Amino acid sequence: MVSITPTALGARDRVSRAPRGARRTGTAYLFLAPFLVLFCVFVLAPCVYGLWISLHNWNPLLPNQPFIGLKNYIDLFTPGTLTSGNFWESMLATGIFTVASVPFLIVIPIGLAQLLNRRIAGGTVFRAVFFAPYVLGVAVIGVIWKYLLDPQVGVVNHVLGMLGLPANTPWTVDVPWAWVSLVGVTVWWTMGFNTVILLAGLKGINAELYDAASVDGAGAARKFFSVTLPGLRPVMTFVTTLTILASANMFGQSYIITGGHPGNQTRTAIMYISDEGLSQNQMGAASAMSYILFAILAVISIINFRLQRDTTK
Amino acid sequence: MSTVSTRDERTAAALPPRPPVGGRTSALRRSAPKIWLYVSLVVISLVIILPLIWIFLTSFKTDFDAINSPQNPIPNPFTLNAYQTLLSSGQQPIFRWFLNSVAAAALQTVIILVTASAGAYALARLEFRGKRIVFGAIIATLLVPPVIFLIPNYLIVQNLGWLDTIWAITIPGAASAFGIFFLRQFFISLPMEIEEAARMDGAGDFRIFWQIILPLSKPALATLAVLSFLNNWNDFLWPVYVLLSPENLTLQPGLSILQGAYSTHFGIVMAGAVIAAVPVLIIFTLAQRQIVDSVASSGLKG
Repeated sequence: MVSITPTALGARDRVSRAPRGARRTGTAYLFLAPFLVLFCVFVLAPCVYGLWISLHNWNPLLPNQPFIGLKNYIDLFTPGTLTSGNFWESMLATGIFTVASVPFLIVIPIGLAQLLNRRIAGGTVFRAVFFAPYVLGVAVIGVIWKYLLDPQVGVVNHVLGMLGLPANTPWTVDVPWAWVSLVGVTVWWTMGFNTVILLAGLKGINAELYDAASVDGAGAARKFFSVTLPGLRPVMTFVTTLTILASANMFGQSYIITGGHPGNQTRTAIMYISDEGLSQNQMGAASAMSYILFAILAVISIINFRLQRDTTK
Repeated sequence: MSTVSTRDERTAAALPPRPPVGGRTSALRRSAPKIWLYVSLVVISLVIILPLIWIFLTSFKTDFDAINSPQNPIPNPFTLNAYQTLLSSGQQPIFRWFLNSVAAAALQTVIILVTASAGAYALARLEFRGKRIVFGAIIATLLVPPVIFLIPNYLIVQNLGWLDTIWAITIPGAASAFGIFFLRQFFISLPMEIEEAARMDGAGDFRIFWQIILPLSKPALATLAVLSFLNNWNDFLWPVYVLLSPENLTLQPGLSILQGAYSTHFGIVMAGAVIAAVPVLIIFTLAQRQIVDSVASSGLKG
């Protein structure tokens, strides 16, 4: 008979963290086996396999896949080759979208989180409403906004016309309007996600800091810059990194709302890579592109972490 | 009992005093005009909700109505034509897509719950050789952009003969680093004592996992189930490329096909969007707190 008494709890507290002598390696791997099988086959192996593919002229329609070393990579950095122009145009589209969307996806959620952090009735309801669009898939978001933003029959232009504003803005078919639409739709879709994380960060800031600032005579703006922002820093690093990566991986919005048009100006890197690899069968070249994108994103993430860490000090 | 009280006193003394509850209401905040706060919150809520209501109402419009008076939210006349056309379409079998989506999301959720909970138990509660390497590898892959897996996994799935089957859209994605990480965090938070008592009673690892850890983790398992279901339900890029025949599609790639097939029949496309959105919105309404809270805490852990 073992009964858990408070005394026993207290006594065990100290030893529980230390590794007990008996390692149970066999049992542990038995528990891990189902996950590890999936993980090795569909996560680890593809990481290596993708690199291997990128070193070949890999086209499933050809009888064999000759090894060509780094040629796929070199081609991408050589102007005038079949792939380099399209690839860098798509990287530019991804870059434009990321640079244009990330500031809004940080600033607006900070504002919303500030509103929700006040003592209000129904705060949870508003939080849920702001978050709601995020649970819808990109295909749903895409088709509804393609209709709402349609230059001829869309509600947006009709409403603008009723307000006496220009009613013929080519929201989905011409730049820069297509970018405004893609960024706007993405902000509408995902701002609640960032808001919820930042709100949790705000709630973690020690309330006494605000009171101390009040005593020192700090106004609302002063409090925001000297208490709120520094307090949010760790959460901000997380949110900006996540948002940059999400924006850089944009696919569905362009695929459905603009179809990559006009020309290929809103065709993002993910759109081009998936099309080139899986529709045009240029798997080697497409794999090389995905690794270049990965490398660039890794560098950006590291710089972002460094910057935010340095400003903390 | 005396041991307990002294211990409590010691912890109480060691901890810093708790900030007073409600200390946040500074003079400025109390006097701020709350009416404007509510006005802004309601306006933002309308910006979010109105487009969704508009789409819902448009799905009951005739094509003529949807194209000619988009600014008028009320269908005139009210019609179920769009839904009837969709449900009777042989080329775009949306009811079939709906069932495919339910089956795929449910199957993947079950696989994730089983594999991630067992794996997380080992990572959270057992000491073993290679633990740090395994955990490190799982966390590292969270940072790899999904596009890296696209082409190699396509070839792997093709070699397994899974293209255009439910396996393609459930098994590869079930290797969820997020799921195992999420459950590990929860399992670690459970006190070691509950397990050690059972161990003295002679319970083995499997019994401890099945009869103690899992029952205690129901809230975390439920949250992971909801998140996994939504994630699979909304998956778009991968099913667009690995599902080929019309009858095997799920709703998300199906919507993009609908859009191509009925590009000017907006009522029909919107009815498709409603069919794909309603289950998700129902799940969200029921599990809103768990979903939002799990996202809220992600930033504090990271």
